[in-house]
Amino acid sequence: MITIALSKGRIFEETTPLLAAAGIVPQEDPESSRKLILGTNREDVRLIIVRASDVPTYVQYGAADLGIAGKDVLHEHGGAGMYQPLDLQIAKCRMMVAVPQGFDYEGAVRQGARLRVATKYLQTAREHFAKKGVHVDLIKLYGSMELAPLVGLADAIVDLVSSGGTLKANNLVAVEEIMQISSRLVINQAALKLKHAQIQPLLDTFAACLKA
Amino acid sequence: MMQTWLLPEYIEDILPPEARRIESLRRRLLDLFHVHGYHQVIPPLLEYLPSLLTGTGHDMDLKTFKVVDQLSGRMMGLRADITPQAARIDAHLLNRRGVVRLCYAGSVLHALPDGMMQTREPLQIGAELFGHEGLESDIEIQQLMIKALGETGMNGVHLDIGHVGIFKALIEHGSVSTELEAELFLALQNKDVPALTELVQGLDEITRNAVLQLPQLYGSIEILGQARQHLPDYPEVHEALAELEAVAASLEGMVESIAFDLGELRGYHYHSGVVFAAYLPGQAHAVAKGGRYDEVGSIFGRARPATGFSMDLRVLCSALGPAAAAAGILAPYTEDASLYEKIEALRGQGEVVLVDLPGHENSQDELNCDRRLVKINEKWLIEKI
Repeated sequence: MITIALSKGRIFEETTPLLAAAGIVPQEDPESSRKLILGTNREDVRLIIVRASDVPTYVQYGAADLGIAGKDVLHEHGGAGMYQPLDLQIAKCRMMVAVPQGFDYEGAVRQGARLRVATKYLQTAREHFAKKGVHVDLIKLYGSMELAPLVGLADAIVDLVSSGGTLKANNLVAVEEIMQISSRLVINQAALKLKHAQIQPLLDTFAACLKA
Repeated sequence: MMQTWLLPEYIEDILPPEARRIESLRRRLLDLFHVHGYHQVIPPLLEYLPSLLTGTGHDMDLKTFKVVDQLSGRMMGLRADITPQAARIDAHLLNRRGVVRLCYAGSVLHALPDGMMQTREPLQIGAELFGHEGLESDIEIQQLMIKALGETGMNGVHLDIGHVGIFKALIEHGSVSTELEAELFLALQNKDVPALTELVQGLDEITRNAVLQLPQLYGSIEILGQARQHLPDYPEVHEALAELEAVAASLEGMVESIAFDLGELRGYHYHSGVVFAAYLPGQAHAVAKGGRYDEVGSIFGRARPATGFSMDLRVLCSALGPAAAAAGILAPYTEDASLYEKIEALRGQGEVVLVDLPGHENSQDELNCDRRLVKINEKWLIEKI
């Protein structure tokens, strides 16, 4: 039995064609079903629906053999205990630093001022600012990051930006790209070794799809 | 107020009956090593930090708990791995010229756990073979590891073999900088092909293509053929592939399956040849690991070829599922000398016999006994409860 961990929404939608190419069709739609374990047309493959940020945890501990997770989530998790051989080129966006319009970010960084940064991605933000040599106070938020600079909670935010619509609506501007984000296929290390015969064909199909 | 019963994170008691099972496995494994000629050593729980962080302890700095020695003012570390201690003993204390086989079992401490569900106090048990650089010792140590796993009674061992010599050769021939080497190593460990593709851009074509091949080169014996085809024609590469083939051939039949992984570089800093890891079905991590680490002893005064393996008794036992205690025999509390004799005889046969101390007749069910001793016609007999 192969268990694949996926998150609802964009990742699920954009993964479905890849799964279909490998002959795997989910028997239910997670948007309408409340089930967390979805069967597929193949008896030896099942899908589990978890929060995007939980996918690496399920895969690391072998609760799922494979998973699809954004690079943002993987980077934050650290990626221990799993392989990440494929960039699936789906759910693309960018991890950016954004500040309120009119805030002199370059100046603040040059002066060595201590920045207050609100983010969901503590690890990634810490690493990024350490590389730049900037002191930051990180404020962990779970959502609506854009609000933090507007109400004086933070000077800047680190968040995912796809269209930039939310930033614009809240008078924020993206000033720096931290990394390009897309979804990766992750595999539990032991699963790749113990279930090689079942997992390798899936990998090959995904890779072929991406090349095409 | 701090709750006095609270243990630190990732630290736990081992309770009955699990403790008994771990101890029994520990004894059986040490006996197994003993009959294979491996001498047991009991190195200290702590020693000066620099001796712990050399050689195979290279990556252990952040993992090692540190304390200041009040006698010398020097920094000491609580061992996070026993292998460097065994290497120190071989290189500096025993000073034998020939082959030395050592084994050990003991607690090690990790300041940082290996993962979310891992303990910070693994019970490490392992064997090391010093002084022989040929394949024969690689094979001996892997056979011993497989036998040790067999002692647990679990079937379906999968063995994964790699060779750090291949990546080392690519780095050397491609004149890759130390910094880039470290990044390549990390990406390879994760089989992170997208990152790897980015990193190799600046390298010459041969090295670039070869490094990009490595994460694909895992699987059964055919991949060695693929490796010969796709990897550059360096003598070190040929040698490594031949070694892998020979090792696998001699272990065939001892395990459920053998696979090769040329991108597996665990312990790259100190490993120098064949590296291996054993997996069990249902376990999300390797249950035993090892490999060749020649030259490590030079820090302790003598470079010695070496190979070995180790595993965590806690992990091995948890793979077995919940432990069951052996049910005992309950004996009444009397001054009867014939009862005393009977009890001793039963204990001599390995039976668990408990004396029911007066005043606790109501909690007999907590004693886990399925039989009791009763006196019938002046004779002590066992009857079922």
